[in-house]
Amino acid sequence: MIKSIKQRYRYTIILLKQLVKTDFKLRYQNSVLGYLWSLLRPLALFAILYVIFVKFLKVGNGIPHYPIYLLLGIVLWNFFAEVTTSSVGAIVSKGDIMRKINFPRYVIVLSGSFSALINLFLNLIVVGVFMIIAGVTLRPVAILAPLLIVELFVFSLAIAFFLSAAFVRFRDISYIWEVIMQGAFYATPILYPISLIPVNAAKILLLNPVAQIIQDLRFVLITDQTKTIGQLYGTKLIRLVPLGITIAVSIIAVIYFKRRSRYFAEDV
Amino acid sequence: MDKNSETAIHVDGVYKNFRLPHEKSSTIKSAFVNILKGKRNRSTTVQHALKNISFDIKKGEFFGIVGRNGSGKSTLLKILAGIYQPAQGTVVTHGKLVPFIELGVGFNPELSGRDNVYLNGSLLGFSKDEIDSMYEKIVEFAELEQFMDQKLKNYSSGMQVRLAFSMAVRADADILLVDEVLAVGDADFQRKCFDYFRELKKRKKTVVFISHDMTAVTEYCDRALLINDSEVVDRGTAIHVAKQYTRMFIEDANNDAAAGTTDDKRFGDGKASYVSVSLSKKKITDEIEDITIQLKAKAHEDIEDPIFGFSIKNSSGNQILGTNSMIKGLKTKPFVKGEALEISWTVPNVFADGVHFIDLTLVSHGGATTCDWWEEASTFTVIKEEITPYIVNPFIAISVQGDEYSQPNAKSGRSNV
Repeated sequence: MIKSIKQRYRYTIILLKQLVKTDFKLRYQNSVLGYLWSLLRPLALFAILYVIFVKFLKVGNGIPHYPIYLLLGIVLWNFFAEVTTSSVGAIVSKGDIMRKINFPRYVIVLSGSFSALINLFLNLIVVGVFMIIAGVTLRPVAILAPLLIVELFVFSLAIAFFLSAAFVRFRDISYIWEVIMQGAFYATPILYPISLIPVNAAKILLLNPVAQIIQDLRFVLITDQTKTIGQLYGTKLIRLVPLGITIAVSIIAVIYFKRRSRYFAEDV
Repeated sequence: MDKNSETAIHVDGVYKNFRLPHEKSSTIKSAFVNILKGKRNRSTTVQHALKNISFDIKKGEFFGIVGRNGSGKSTLLKILAGIYQPAQGTVVTHGKLVPFIELGVGFNPELSGRDNVYLNGSLLGFSKDEIDSMYEKIVEFAELEQFMDQKLKNYSSGMQVRLAFSMAVRADADILLVDEVLAVGDADFQRKCFDYFRELKKRKKTVVFISHDMTAVTEYCDRALLINDSEVVDRGTAIHVAKQYTRMFIEDANNDAAAGTTDDKRFGDGKASYVSVSLSKKKITDEIEDITIQLKAKAHEDIEDPIFGFSIKNSSGNQILGTNSMIKGLKTKPFVKGEALEISWTVPNVFADGVHFIDLTLVSHGGATTCDWWEEASTFTVIKEEITPYIVNPFIAISVQGDEYSQPNAKSGRSNV
């Protein structure tokens, strides 16, 4: 029994590794610089943000290391966007393989999110380099950063599972999600400091797990001048709300995906 | 547990339905509208793909599943593979199972041959280390040593199949599900496939084999299952099932022939025509030596030099034999208006199993004018004891000198091995 379970996960791990590898290979194929783009993209982004927001708009006055603060927000948001958006068509695009061979369907979604996770780490390295250059001093609270990344990963993955399974039956999902992401981008304090918004609105916006995570990560990594959900509500316990949302979404998504995945091969 | 060690696949009362929506409600709006109307499944037809399928496959058995297109055999294979879920019933498999519904699953044209080996290998359940250790052999077997770093899209289809097949033979499974797609390709490739089957048989692997090719089924399978219209209609030894399968086609073709003798298969200027066709026997077995075709022809106008001819084709449309009065050196007299002639052809029984069609011709001016060209004017059905894969099957005698050859019918003996 234990052996058969081991055997089952052996297959999953083999597949997962290979799919992530393939995904990475295909992504930078035919590009001269290849993997370097994973690092160059956040660098270029940083340059643009620096010129627009720091030199021209001067929005970040009062927040130390504002360009890095911006970059971190963008990098985290991009991770969330990459995992969820690429997941929408993930199952459907593998329909051909699913009709030919039986393998755990969740591997498809998982492999997409791992590719994005690798990208996130590369981007965070760039952020780290800038932090060193800018002379950001890490406080002990930075130890919480991995936990927040895990929360972001779980939340993104949960949404990805739900979207990929729902898209098999409802092809409108891709358009709906596109609109939601556009709205959510502006409803999340990525480009602007949360202090620009009325407090009551900010309180609602930060209940969104992604917004909460971005603000918390900025707080623990870059500057204690960041307004976090805890500060807004005046209690650290409020974090249980976005955390609860993350857990609830995860449970619903996993149940839904599990139930639907049995029929992916026929429905696709 | 003891039973488990003997049985490789246990299938019990499996049903499968496909809900076919007339207008697929694949948008949220239409789903929403349907829910509001309370008629969610209003526009779907339920197609029964499989009805009450039960069977067991023993370990080490070569098991055939035969049936015509659309009978449900591929659906059954996918259920065995776990790709589709049965609506009812259970499928229990013991041992590692690898399906070959298609070769080269997951092959990506944008990746190199090498990368595709690893990708396809992972789908077959091989870790990177395992593929590393057999990589050389895979490439060598596929004869693609110089091409492994090229992208798959630059491979010819033959090279792709070779690579895919070379992967497939490495599959280390207890149970293999093989769809007939394996039997595509040129003669050389087919030979490799059949070598592989022989190898599997030798290694006592459990193989489920789907095919239309009754020669392959009788050659490799120990037992087989015949599926028609989603149901099991027969089961037993491969030879028995192969015969039933052929017979099923014969009956169908007979029905078609009875219903479909229409005028569009008959043309000519009508100056003379056949008025009746009759055969000495409609069902041809081994005992019958000759088939006599009795014809009556009538002239509606004067024809100087009529030539009477016929040909016989099998159900695949291959013309097997035929002749005409000119070839036979028979100088027919001018056919006078109102005159009737009786023609009789006697043909030796050389036919293979299946339906055969008789085409009749009546031409003049050395073939320049067609008076009556009647395709499929009549049919007969051949059912013989011995089945060969060739288009004719005349009686062939065999004589072997030696002590062990007392039984001349060696073929049916082999199937029980």
